[in-house]
Amino acid sequence: MKKILIPDPPVPALEVRDVTKNYGEVQALAGITLSIPRGELFGLLGPNGAGKSTLINIVTGLVRRSSGEVKVFGFDVERDYRASRSLVGAVPQELVYDHFFTVRQTLKIQSGYYGLTRNDVWMEELLERLKLKEHEHQTIRELSGGMKRRLLVAKAMVHRPAILILDEPTAGVDVALRRSLWDLVRQVHAEGTTVVLTTHYLDEAEELCERVGIIDHGVFVALDRKERLMQQIHNRRVTLDFGAKVEGLPEELARLGGTLSEDGLRATLLVDRSDGSLQRLVEALGRGNLPLMDFQVAGAGLEDVFLELTADSAKPDERRPAAEALR
Amino acid sequence: MSFPEVPSLLPVPFRTLLYREVHRFFIVINQTLLAPVISALLYLFIFGFSLGDRFGSFHGYNYLLFLVPGLVMMGLVNNSFQNPSSSLMISKFEGNIVDILMAPIGHGEIILGYMLGGMFRGLLVGTCILVVSCLFAIPPFSHPFYLVAVALLSSGLFSLLGIVAGIWAEKFDDLAMFPTFIITPLTYLGGVFYSISILPPLWRTVSLLNPLLYMINALRFGFLGVSDVNPGWSLAALAILDAALFGICLTMLRTGYRLRK
Ligand SMILES: Nc1ncnc2c1ncn2[C@@H]1O[C@H](COP(=O)(O)OP(=O)(O)OP(=O)(O)O)[C@@H](O)[C@H]1O
Ligand SMILES: [Mg+2]
Repeated sequence: MKKILIPDPPVPALEVRDVTKNYGEVQALAGITLSIPRGELFGLLGPNGAGKSTLINIVTGLVRRSSGEVKVFGFDVERDYRASRSLVGAVPQELVYDHFFTVRQTLKIQSGYYGLTRNDVWMEELLERLKLKEHEHQTIRELSGGMKRRLLVAKAMVHRPAILILDEPTAGVDVALRRSLWDLVRQVHAEGTTVVLTTHYLDEAEELCERVGIIDHGVFVALDRKERLMQQIHNRRVTLDFGAKVEGLPEELARLGGTLSEDGLRATLLVDRSDGSLQRLVEALGRGNLPLMDFQVAGAGLEDVFLELTADSAKPDERRPAAEALR
Repeated sequence: MSFPEVPSLLPVPFRTLLYREVHRFFIVINQTLLAPVISALLYLFIFGFSLGDRFGSFHGYNYLLFLVPGLVMMGLVNNSFQNPSSSLMISKFEGNIVDILMAPIGHGEIILGYMLGGMFRGLLVGTCILVVSCLFAIPPFSHPFYLVAVALLSSGLFSLLGIVAGIWAEKFDDLAMFPTFIITPLTYLGGVFYSISILPPLWRTVSLLNPLLYMINALRFGFLGVSDVNPGWSLAALAILDAALFGICLTMLRTGYRLRK
């Protein structure tokens, strides 16, 4: 196969412009515009059914857009599909396998689909990195769920893609594997690969991603650097722990929305950091003679951003995976 | 794995897909090769040996020899159809079709990969049936080049049909319709077991609408030098059908019909 040369002028790794997608009556994407520069680690978030997989599948070629433009390193995903696909490596959301083959054969065949015949050195490294070396001669049926997941990641990387797209790679994997997948993502990112990651675990996005887009009902409700998104949330959760039982909060604390626990040992408040409330809280604490023992301020996490921005759309049961993820 | 590492002009993705298709049916060789050969053997035994004497001769050949080309064609078309259609259906069902859909493989390469995989299986089964029948009677191989051309075009045609069916089918049940309602009746009524000269005029005319009739007779012409229909026209029609079906497959892949949502 021809070697695909990535164009030199700084075209973005992924360029999505005004993309819509209708599945019959259902509008999955209602006008998505997104540009991901080379080397970025981008997090695509959103509640179930928001349209994340649809967007990813349009990039990989599994789904055809209804309108708009999608380019991978400047190559249109439909017109220049061979060039664009050879630059993309993707782990689909569903766990799918070809049961006729062993781990090694799977990687060998995958290499062949990408036009590579002499790929043994890299395949060897992938097997090592993903801890599949000892299972290389097993058929896929004989692998555990986590091993299958790792095999999918290895498959996606077999042709050293310039952009790696992971659609919920850590769904249903144990803590150790999750950490090792994070390490792998960080490693390939450090090596210069552009990474797009979809996840329902907001701590994962907070930990890994530089920039985050939150999709809801097929449009971006947020698209910014992670820190800036978190700054936009003004509320701070303040917890006060007392060394002795307190009988009722001072008036000023109550006015700031403070509530006292039943045992009188803890007070919690939600304080807006932008209107001087925090200042008033500290002054009130200085004046009052409360038996203060501990004082915590919790900043807003990505989860708060997520919940606030998608609040009216996500039904409670659909929101739970995201909310639980931080626990 | 014995994946061919030899330098080659053929594109690697195509060779890989072809390798996969062939490997797939070799894993279940009993089902894919042995079963059709045994059933052909049974036909030969029952019709050729046991009942054959009562049928007399067709076109000057004894019934056993008359039967062989039809049985070879039957194995050929069934297996050429089976390989791509079931491969595609299983891949869609298990979801691993995405491997091919996400890879930078050209549409023509995909079709040729599945097509040649199916042809290989069909021709292998056909050859095995022929070899086994030679134990009973050796045909004269009257027109060997014509014979090879017909075998290639026929297996190609049914492989392509298998691709169309495999893409179109949404359940295994959809797929089962093809052998049951189309391929088997057309082969049986296409003169595997008889010459249409024995049919009443009306049925003879109706039979002429059956494409399998031309294919079976063309193969018989290659083996025995006799045919109910014009062998030149049969070959030309076969080539045209192959080209048309290839075009249909190409259009299906280009538009993403039932493969890309
Ligand atoms: N093949 C399809 N046919 C019809 N509708 C579809 C199809 N695929 C997705 N949809 C619809 O499109 C919308 C977006 O789905 P999509 O899979 O992109 O969501 P998602 O953000 O990936 O969700 P999740 O977090 O659950 O994976 C949903 O309403 C879904 O029902
Ligand atoms: Mg999804």
